[in-house]
Amino acid sequence: MSRIASTLSALESAGRKALIPFITAGDPDLSTTVPLMHALVECGVDIIELGVPFSDPMADGPTIQRSSERALAKKVSLRNVIQVVAEFRKTDARTPVVLMGYANPIEAMGVEAFADAASKAGADGVLVVDYPPEESHDFAAKVRAVGLDVIFLIAPTSTEKRIRAVGEIGSGYIYYVSLKGVTGAGHLDVSEVSRRIPAIREAVGMPVGVGFGIRDGASAKALSAVADGVVIGSRIIEEIENSPADQVIPRVKALVGSIRQAMDSQEVAA
Amino acid sequence: MGKQDLPAEVSASAYNYPDALGHFGPYGGVFVAETLIAALDELREAYEKLKDDPAFRAEYEYELKHYVGRPSPVYHARRLSEHCGGAQIYLKREDLNHTGAHKINNVIGQAMVAKHMGKPRVIAETGAGQHGVATATIAARLGMECVVYMGSEDVKRQAANVYRMKLLGATVVPVECGSKTLKDALNEAMRDWVTNVGNTFYIIGTVAGPHPYPMMVRDFQKIIGEECLWQMPEMIQRQPDAVVACVGGGSNAMGIFYPYIPYPNVRLIGVEAGGHGVATGQHSASLSAGRPGVLHGNRTYLLQDENGQIIETHSVSAGLDYPGVGPEHAWLKDTGRAEYVTINDDEALAAFHRMCRTEGIIPALESSHAVAYAMKLAAEMPKDAAILVNLSGRGDKDMHTVAEKSGIQF
Repeated sequence: MSRIASTLSALESAGRKALIPFITAGDPDLSTTVPLMHALVECGVDIIELGVPFSDPMADGPTIQRSSERALAKKVSLRNVIQVVAEFRKTDARTPVVLMGYANPIEAMGVEAFADAASKAGADGVLVVDYPPEESHDFAAKVRAVGLDVIFLIAPTSTEKRIRAVGEIGSGYIYYVSLKGVTGAGHLDVSEVSRRIPAIREAVGMPVGVGFGIRDGASAKALSAVADGVVIGSRIIEEIENSPADQVIPRVKALVGSIRQAMDSQEVAA
Repeated sequence: MGKQDLPAEVSASAYNYPDALGHFGPYGGVFVAETLIAALDELREAYEKLKDDPAFRAEYEYELKHYVGRPSPVYHARRLSEHCGGAQIYLKREDLNHTGAHKINNVIGQAMVAKHMGKPRVIAETGAGQHGVATATIAARLGMECVVYMGSEDVKRQAANVYRMKLLGATVVPVECGSKTLKDALNEAMRDWVTNVGNTFYIIGTVAGPHPYPMMVRDFQKIIGEECLWQMPEMIQRQPDAVVACVGGGSNAMGIFYPYIPYPNVRLIGVEAGGHGVATGQHSASLSAGRPGVLHGNRTYLLQDENGQIIETHSVSAGLDYPGVGPEHAWLKDTGRAEYVTINDDEALAAFHRMCRTEGIIPALESSHAVAYAMKLAAEMPKDAAILVNLSGRGDKDMHTVAEKSGIQF
């Protein structure tokens, strides 16, 4: 069983939901990323999505775009991101790491070289935003061959047929995009998401994480009532963006700690 | 529109691209986030139905004839040809279209598709502003809301076109992210589309983007080459020896190349922007100096660094200043059916001036790249050879750039 699958299955047995933060590797700089990942683990996160910066992040809103730009200004490359994973793995053998980004940096490195390096560094999964299932067969085969999970997005507009196709080619978990729009948008409809998730989980036969538009403990709590995990990206990146260098880690810890607490509280979501 | 039957030497072409998933060989495809898939499926289905619908075709052809002014003439550039001392140069006068370039052919088609799909709002990206002006024009013509995304750097450089779009009733949104140019405007338009997909149609200006855009834009631009197929024999009793067009994203080139693909004796030559020279790294020659990769929804040749980040491009002509190129051009290059060459800024400017003085035609700086290459080629060919150049746009929009390069201030 992959590290992602065993983590999610252990959570399920414990009746808990996965908290999955997204941060961009190299934002604000590479030397902060590994300590930030360890700090996230201390707050009780279960899986880390580590963003690979790209010059043209078409599916992302302004917050993650700026994050990508800050990392690229420091010349952070895909190889650097893989080194970050290796460094993190030296002292954390437990927390799964998913590399999330766009196709072109991976193709520039070469899919096989990438899969090999990512697997050796201790990464657990890959989510390529602009590789829909139709264009992913070759990529998914090569990445699975080295034991990495291939994670796909499902959108509110995805048809049943596509959801089943994702279930066949994907593994680890499904990332359900909770709204129409880009990352960080602000019009999350919790009841609509809750309505769709059970059928999606049934169709794909794996855990469903929900992301895009989750900004606080209350929305995380509400969604974790129906989903297997919640992904929080833009809100964390905002905290990084607005903190002085020496305050990045404490402020992110305070934010993520409060979200974890809300998710674990026994109170019924509003 | 006087189309003639294909002559005998034209084989029933094996060329049948793209495939059902939008692939031109290894290029093209649909490389977008899942959030856009449903919108692209909806568009593909609507377009598949409309493209062979006689009523839709008739409506499109009516607009081209009465609103755009088609067919655009083919013109024998005698004095320019004499100056070169070799082959005869013929110009396909897309500069005479309403709004001054070939862009309108595509925009009319897509806006009509939008209307049939019941989308009241159209959005577009623009670099120099030509595609934005064309989109704003059609939106006004059809009574649609129009939002145009334009890099904030381009907004500053192209104030007159920004004003034109506003006159036509469009909203122009300056894009502040990335390099603040055309590619970033395209990213931002995609983000708008994914957010407002229910009421919005995205009119892409070139033969790039995810399927079905490269095919659909080509289909709406192929009228250029289809007219040439009967206009050239009318003029010289045969087809030309070479067809030359500039390539940024590549829509005017696809428009004139596509109908000529089955004619093996007609060379197809795409001219990319060599900027300050390909060796300097400051250019926009994706096919000549780039590598295949994935950007803006399709796999194609891209200008990128060793880490796969898209790099900033340069050309004196804003319309060619793009780090990618339509996937069908990538395929035509790999298969050898078309050749791709570069022309530098200074060569394009020289051709611009030569065209003004010998023919009384002020060409767009984009088209001046094609003219410059045709002039070089003509000099190497015999006097009875014929080169057809797609004069894709007029140069009025480039007055400031050319004056500045000549050290003149208005």
